[in-house]
Amino acid sequence: MISRLEIQETNQMIEESNLDVRTITMGVSLLDCAGPDAGEFNRKIYDKITRTAEHLVKTGDDISRQYGLPIVNKRVAVTPVALAAAGLLSGLSDTEDGLSRASEMYAEIARTLDRAASAVGVNFIGGYSALVQKGSTFSDRALIRSIPRALAGTERVCSCVNAGSTRSGLNMNAVRRMGRVILEMAELTKDRDALACAKFVVFCNAVEDNPFMAGAFHGAGERDAVINVGVSGPGVVKRALEQVRGADFETLCETIKKTAFKITRAGQLVAQEASKRLRVPFGIIDLSLAPTPAVGDSIAEILREMGLEQPGAPGTTAAVAILNDNVKKGGVMASSYVGGLSGAFIPVSEDHGMIEAARLGALTLEKLEAMTCVCSVGLDMVAVPGDTSAETLSGIIADEMAIGMINNKTTAVRIIPVPGKTVGDTAEFGGLLGRAPVMPVNSFGCGGFISRGGRIPPPIHSFRN
Amino acid sequence: MKGIITVLGADQVGIIAKVCAFLAGRGVNILDISQTIVRGYFSMLMIVDMSGQAFEDIAEGLDGLGRAIGVLIKLQHEDIFTTMHRI
Repeated sequence: MISRLEIQETNQMIEESNLDVRTITMGVSLLDCAGPDAGEFNRKIYDKITRTAEHLVKTGDDISRQYGLPIVNKRVAVTPVALAAAGLLSGLSDTEDGLSRASEMYAEIARTLDRAASAVGVNFIGGYSALVQKGSTFSDRALIRSIPRALAGTERVCSCVNAGSTRSGLNMNAVRRMGRVILEMAELTKDRDALACAKFVVFCNAVEDNPFMAGAFHGAGERDAVINVGVSGPGVVKRALEQVRGADFETLCETIKKTAFKITRAGQLVAQEASKRLRVPFGIIDLSLAPTPAVGDSIAEILREMGLEQPGAPGTTAAVAILNDNVKKGGVMASSYVGGLSGAFIPVSEDHGMIEAARLGALTLEKLEAMTCVCSVGLDMVAVPGDTSAETLSGIIADEMAIGMINNKTTAVRIIPVPGKTVGDTAEFGGLLGRAPVMPVNSFGCGGFISRGGRIPPPIHSFRN
Repeated sequence: MKGIITVLGADQVGIIAKVCAFLAGRGVNILDISQTIVRGYFSMLMIVDMSGQAFEDIAEGLDGLGRAIGVLIKLQHEDIFTTMHRI
């Protein structure tokens, strides 16, 4: 029989420490919608998404009520559009005119995805994406060209581009292009502090079953539809660590592991129940500690509880490594299938403690980059001055991609050059996306490096066969 | 299927009676009750048999009852607790 203390512990986690399931994300394959006619394709993808995810939001809400556990987001991820829609371009030639017409067609697909997301009531839909780690097809180039207008013109569509992998190396043509794409979408949404950039991620080693936005897409190796769940609970870890203040590292690690186990079990329960009720197979649990701007739901608070004055202080990378590793060790035993990104997220704008550390100058871009060597996922929701050049953005992306490629891990960049703003200003995105102090960027140039073009070959340790 | 009911709020006469009467009126069998006063606050845990019951209706009814008498009443499926605390 379950004890009073255990019941109280769970309910305290929910009520006082913001324990929640961060997202139930339904992956939906669009491969069977492919065909040469754009109107037909748009109709098919709208029908498939709204049919498959029709009950997603209600089911999530019902499960939330049954267990008394908040399920914050319900989302949909689809097959990368550059794959699913490639057939539409068969009549177009690979010329400037063809590319322009193709990107018009893709922007229309983004609007269809937006309408479908709105119809089923999800707040984001991911998968307006291209996988170009080794090279890009005509379809990939058309999609990438359309990203700024697609994201500026829609509310719920998220996009990512995989520009590198440990097996393929880094596609530096794509990395160079990304800097310009980011600046273009910043300009198109300058009245909203470059909000479109918050819906776009560049990846190295992107995963096919990530339930978190903005980088979620439904991989080509996945089944027709799948339920992936992202757990959360930085507040719960912080509260648990308060009980072992000053204790040695073994005690610290044990405490994180035990807490992560409990958090993940709650996620596993929700995932299995959602899968059963929706009659859609369960995919994975993503063991990520994802903060929100709320006080008591912060990774920075955990780092401070571990003994750092501010995130960014010497010792921060070690603290993040401990946190990330022990969340995984506790979590893997709690779930039959762990996947996605699985790590501690450090999005600056979505964590009030990180915002404070950045504002104080304790947390810099360079320190964030070091932290991403030991945790998921990368430079996330970082605001930089609006006059940052495309080459510099590409250079920052290249550095982050190199960390992922060499260390055989996923890394990502979600960076926001805020038009008209500079160091000392704050960008406001609202809601879960929060607010970000504009951080200084190294002002020395990298144009000669970025403009070389081509592909950085994969590292020696990628040859494992 | 078992449900866990937690009741929390300022102590007053008749909380247990009202909750029990509500459950009896809907044919919900109470399997276990424990109740205590923590720093002046009434705190009660009940384990109830929810087999054949409409979970949503009972949960909503309890929520409404809690608001009427000024305490917080929550019904949760027991699996959330067993999953988190038992291997």
